[in-house]
Amino acid sequence: MIETEKPISLEALKAGDREAFAQMVDQTSGHIYHIALQILGDEQDAEDVLQETYLKALRALPGFEGRSSLMTWLYRIAVNEALMAVRRRKPQSLSVEEPDPDLGGESDSQEMEIVDFCCLPESELLSIETQQALDRAVQHLPDTLRVVFVMRDLEGLSIQDTAEALALSENNVKTRLLRARLRLRQELSVTSAAG
Amino acid sequence: MSEEHIHTPQCRQLLGSLSDYIDGELQAELCAIIEQHLQECDDCRIVVNTLRKTVELYRRTSGPAELPGSVRERLFLKLELEEYLKKT
Repeated sequence: MIETEKPISLEALKAGDREAFAQMVDQTSGHIYHIALQILGDEQDAEDVLQETYLKALRALPGFEGRSSLMTWLYRIAVNEALMAVRRRKPQSLSVEEPDPDLGGESDSQEMEIVDFCCLPESELLSIETQQALDRAVQHLPDTLRVVFVMRDLEGLSIQDTAEALALSENNVKTRLLRARLRLRQELSVTSAAG
Repeated sequence: MSEEHIHTPQCRQLLGSLSDYIDGELQAELCAIIEQHLQECDDCRIVVNTLRKTVELYRRTSGPAELPGSVRERLFLKLELEEYLKKT
């Protein structure tokens, strides 16, 4: 996840050491910006979330108890900020903590396209068109699924860390991850069949 | 070339474990059950292979988590960390 060049001193951070804080920002902000961008799909919104995340972290650091890792804690702040930004854009959108219709009636077993795109040439699978289709497909996911997919498959967090950052059970994370992956597979199947 | 796959109860059971299976996090005995089923069900085999490919494609094409220079600069200004801008 994070390749730490130099260990960050939690004690220094909590004591308000500005240099330690700058070091933490440099070591973590790429990941925070990336996840906000993937959730929001908009550079300006992602930058707003990035700034708000570190402003909140700065205020909350003295009370940080270290029950989760610093990175998981930052992810949690960032994801909450990103979801609030999503809600401001779409007031009807769901929070990750709310009951999720995606986990209820709709099932993984609905009829699905069976298109075998595994054998397509690599050049086609890695083309700009496919890359754009991949990005569009992620943005089409419901927020509750997109957040889990971005954290687990794009940011590389473990199921446990994703669950912790989102305050969800591991089973819930796994269910959402599977739904997200199946939907993305389905979208790529449609794209491949059309191409 | 596409057709609709109507899942049997066995397929539905398989689907619930697919993420763990492709992540290599499923117990050996469940893996064996899945692999047995995949030998017998062409449609499920395609779903598993393309699901694995989908995840692989996303992981391969996911850009590096780098912060653009101008975004970093504005962030440091917002946090009043100007004096550390040149340090990494």
